[in-house]
Amino acid sequence: MSKTLFDKVWDSHVVKHVEDGPDVLFIDRHMVHEVTSPVAFLGIKNRDIGVLYPNKTFATADHNTPTINQHLPVEDPLSANQLMALEENAKAHGISHWGLGHEKNGIVHVVGPEYGITQPGATIVCGDSHTSTHGAFGAIAFGIGTSEVEMVLATQCIMQPKPKKMRINVKGSLNFGVTPKDVALYIISKLTTSGATGYFVEYAGDVFENMTMEGRMTVCNLSIEMGARGGMIAPDEKTFEYVKGREHTPTGAAWDKAMAYWKTLKTDADATFDKELTFDASDIEPMITYGTNPGMGMGISKSIPNANQVEGGEATYKKSLGYMDFNEGEDMIGKPIDFVFIGSCTNGRIEDFRAFASIIKGRKKADHVTAWLVPGSHKVEAAIKEEGILDIIQESGFELREPGCSACLAMNDDKVPAGKLAVSTSNRNFEGRQGPGSRTLLASPLVAAAAAVTGKVTDPRELMNS
Amino acid sequence: MAYDKFEILTSTAVPLPIENVDTDQIIPARFLKATERKGFGDNLFRDWRYNGDDTPKTDFVLNDATYSGKILIGGKNFGSGSSREHAAWAVYDYGFRCVISSFFADIFKGNCLNIGVLPVQVSAEFASKIFAAIEKDPKTEIEVNLPKQKVTLLVTGESESFDINGYKKENMLNGFDDIDYLQNIKKDITAFAEDLPL
Repeated sequence: MSKTLFDKVWDSHVVKHVEDGPDVLFIDRHMVHEVTSPVAFLGIKNRDIGVLYPNKTFATADHNTPTINQHLPVEDPLSANQLMALEENAKAHGISHWGLGHEKNGIVHVVGPEYGITQPGATIVCGDSHTSTHGAFGAIAFGIGTSEVEMVLATQCIMQPKPKKMRINVKGSLNFGVTPKDVALYIISKLTTSGATGYFVEYAGDVFENMTMEGRMTVCNLSIEMGARGGMIAPDEKTFEYVKGREHTPTGAAWDKAMAYWKTLKTDADATFDKELTFDASDIEPMITYGTNPGMGMGISKSIPNANQVEGGEATYKKSLGYMDFNEGEDMIGKPIDFVFIGSCTNGRIEDFRAFASIIKGRKKADHVTAWLVPGSHKVEAAIKEEGILDIIQESGFELREPGCSACLAMNDDKVPAGKLAVSTSNRNFEGRQGPGSRTLLASPLVAAAAAVTGKVTDPRELMNS
Repeated sequence: MAYDKFEILTSTAVPLPIENVDTDQIIPARFLKATERKGFGDNLFRDWRYNGDDTPKTDFVLNDATYSGKILIGGKNFGSGSSREHAAWAVYDYGFRCVISSFFADIFKGNCLNIGVLPVQVSAEFASKIFAAIEKDPKTEIEVNLPKQKVTLLVTGESESFDINGYKKENMLNGFDDIDYLQNIKKDITAFAEDLPL
């Protein structure tokens, strides 16, 4: 029978199907961080059971960590306590732990691919909804709750019904100044924040084939923002090239065996999807959000839609614009901004910092803007230094911080103050997401860079040499 | 973690007719720092419920004594966003055992089922009827009958059936969780692991 890429990976991991119930799905790789794991470790302790396969779980600290002075003790006692719990739990169960200060430390969805933990055809879970990132490699990867973290620790399985399948094609070539982030925000704006709920998405077409691995990670990362369980892209030569030679990547005969298998991981020509959508790349321009969910996005040159032009209830729409202090019909271009955040598992990789640097080079940070530049990992930080990007950053009046999730969810001190407007390369513009009362505009690193040097929402194409 | 069994719940309901209620509203990230499952109910809808100085926002429904009950009824796409189970814990710990909506985000729905909060998905029309009935009489009662998979607006007798798979239904009726099940098939799991493609 013809199968989709998703079917192939899912079906090969089903231990058993429960009648009138979910599938028991075997998990190849389990990533844990300090926030969603302690109660799970406590759970197995209370049940007096151990971790079944400690070598399939990888721990890193990221959500709570400070992004300055990481060599000093963490000041917030609650954060320090969670970080210590992760370290102790990992140690007690023989799980590898890349804590604060470790050379491999970074955001869980950045370090997984960097060290070859992320591989094609694998099932990957983490107590974090942006686990969908790893789908860029042709893996089935999605976020789980803490009860499920406990299940994976105890049994290496979770119990979930198989989702429906959707394919999203984007055909043609991208316009000047349009990045993978814009492609994703465009798709989400078309589907709304719940349009893919119940589905697992496969991204296909020229745009994704031509995209770098880091770009694919950005797109897959944002799958959850339209409600999808996850998103994936068939592995190709680019994928294999990226994976090759990394710490956890197979070598020798095991590599040959893996390659033979990975090359079968594509959707069969006559396989069917429950839903299929096709978009034209030429319709996409640099995007920006104007509301309080990632589906409320538009081309940067457009004006904020009227309530009657969008799906959903008018009251909710007006509440959202009220929170943002925006009005229907206004332009986004020219709005003064206060903060810029470059980072997160969505856009905290080296290509994102290259894009940022390409705009700020030879320009100065706008005086009134506070900018937080946070690499996704120490590896990204090292590349920023090696490639001379740090020099550009400093010459333009910016500073580079240390790795972590940072202002994406503002669990540490990187909080945007109430009422302030931030252009962020992260993934959520929910009310208060970046700090109580903060207002977030989601955008690409190019749009964020243009805002950082002009102090207002600016079309980055005006600052780029075509 | 085991939870109380769920069979038939008859209760008034707290209305929250807002769409796309995300998990950052249900419980903001800064309240996720505990290492035990304790006290999350206090921070349910924290930033909608309290001002910056921790005084209650009087216009928010949880601060309005008119409304109470073990059922929360929310707008479409309830629970979107993060995978934090803390959101479901906050709902449960506050005292809700059931959330009704015309549409749920996937991960939140799964988390609820895993911890003993019953997510009941109804049609948009039926959700509107419930909201209208509560608006008319905040003490109106709703019956959520899990064995019959039926939700009834007692004042009018109008009802609608809801979906839940047989396995999860059995778990909710008995207060079982998935680990109980998985522990029992551990041999199948370890045998399966030997046989993976890679």
